[in-house]
Amino acid sequence: MTLAAVHAGYGVRGRRLIDDASLVLLPGQLHVLLGPNGAGKSTLLRLLAGDLKPDGGQVLLDDRPLSAWPSAALARRRSVMMQREDLPFPFRVDDVVTLGRLPWQRSAEAPAEQAIIAAALAEAGAAGLAGRRYNELSGGERARVQLARALVQISAPDDREARYLLLDEPTASLDFAFQHHCLLTMRRLAARGVGVLAILQDPNLALRHADTVSLIERGRIIAHGLPNEVLAPDRLSTLYGLTIDAVRGPTGAICQLFATGAARSVA
Amino acid sequence: MVATAFALTRGTIAIDWTTLFVPGTDQAMQTTALLELRLPRVLLALLIGAVLAQAGAVTQALFRNPLAEPGLIGVSAGAALAAAIVFTRLDGRLGGLAAWQGVLLPVAAFAGGLLAAVTVLRLSQRDGVTRMTTMLLAGTAINAFVAAIVGLLSTTADDSGLRGFTLWMYGNLGRAGWNEIAIVGPVLLILLLWLPREARALDALLLGDAEALHLGVPVERLKRRILIAVVLATAAAVSLAGIIGFVGLIVPHALRLIVGPGHRLLLPASALAGALLLVLADTAARTLATPAEWPVGALTSAIGAPFFLFLLLRLRDRAGLS
Repeated sequence: MTLAAVHAGYGVRGRRLIDDASLVLLPGQLHVLLGPNGAGKSTLLRLLAGDLKPDGGQVLLDDRPLSAWPSAALARRRSVMMQREDLPFPFRVDDVVTLGRLPWQRSAEAPAEQAIIAAALAEAGAAGLAGRRYNELSGGERARVQLARALVQISAPDDREARYLLLDEPTASLDFAFQHHCLLTMRRLAARGVGVLAILQDPNLALRHADTVSLIERGRIIAHGLPNEVLAPDRLSTLYGLTIDAVRGPTGAICQLFATGAARSVA
Repeated sequence: MVATAFALTRGTIAIDWTTLFVPGTDQAMQTTALLELRLPRVLLALLIGAVLAQAGAVTQALFRNPLAEPGLIGVSAGAALAAAIVFTRLDGRLGGLAAWQGVLLPVAAFAGGLLAAVTVLRLSQRDGVTRMTTMLLAGTAINAFVAAIVGLLSTTADDSGLRGFTLWMYGNLGRAGWNEIAIVGPVLLILLLWLPREARALDALLLGDAEALHLGVPVERLKRRILIAVVLATAAAVSLAGIIGFVGLIVPHALRLIVGPGHRLLLPASALAGALLLVLADTAARTLATPAEWPVGALTSAIGAPFFLFLLLRLRDRAGLS
């Protein structure tokens, strides 16, 4: 049981956004995508989510192409949190989170459903926002509500099937404490058997929390594996065009990455 | 209910419920007026008001834009062009035969509305995807183009044709009888009952196309079905009653303030309020200047425009408009 891209490619108007990318997301694993802006991280995530169709290769859930899945069944197996967060009309926070239960076709008033929603709000650090109007929240608060919506979508009490959570920069607008909280939530989900894929910008967060990491450069996956091996200072220096150094522990494992030299020349 | 009963009794021929079913001198005339003229007109006002308001609410969801309304897709403009041709080109030649016009006008308006809307829909679809921003722009362009032709046509029209067209442009429910209701009524009723079934999917669509897709909503199929429903409903309404402005725009906004933006409540509530507004506006239209009639579309707009400006000023801050 996996969610996997197999030699997947995607292009728009002759430009290859993703080229021959293969990636396997296992249940119970936290996998992090890292790479410079515009490298194709979001495009790869949208291929895995199924809202973009690969023009080469395949994306498979349980060995079956995403396009062959009925849309509601697919929605019960994987949920997605995108970077967009605006809503044209003033919904309440609980209404937004309740929308995540749409693929389950259950009455939102049922006690079991209410329990799922309350649990997800708490897990996403949004319990205190429940009665508020979504439009009046800050960017970071909205991100927590969207995370809660993604969580309820893959909540099932008696779980026999593996579920997947795809997050596009979930920590982007979160404050320091909630960034930490968000990563711990991902780890807890992984511990419960959910396959979590997250795009992050900070290699130190990946170093600290990820099980596996992929580096993306110009639409290609240039390295993937354990964080401590993939996130080598030399490789990151080349990738970002920036001198990056590492603080290492007694065994030689990387504890912390930091930039030292000049930023890449902006041509 | 009360508004309906009220609307039925008001008019050029006063009807008194207490004497209606009692044998008396003008009883026959009252019954005729009630059954043949007023009842179909009131029914049509209820149906069209409900459909226009609901079509407006779903159009705003499809465009994720609080200022959208069904007219954006080009239906009203296309119908207006067809009506302008009937009034200014054909009217004189056919000697202004009222009976003949009674059939041709709605059929032409319906066809014109469909044609313009299909043009806009085709222009906005590419690679099997309906692009709403393109649709907004294509609709605006088609509307402007059609308005230009209508303008040219009216400069060459004779007085009676021009007058007929101008009255049509402002909406009138007086042309409706039982025949029209028999043809259009079932279609409008089915749309009224079907659209609320998609309420949750429409809520999801407000999150964004990709987000709705992730939630298992078949976005493209839903959009097309709803666009077809909106186009059919608006074309049917316009073909019978002319252009009735602002019901599709203001009613959903007013109701969002009262019941919130969730479509499960918003759609039925908009339908009810739209029906109520149009019945009252039509009653006012045919009673305030007895025995003449005011165009009902002018009344809905006269009430609607100031209300809409008020909403715009209030929404401006909340929506962060500059």
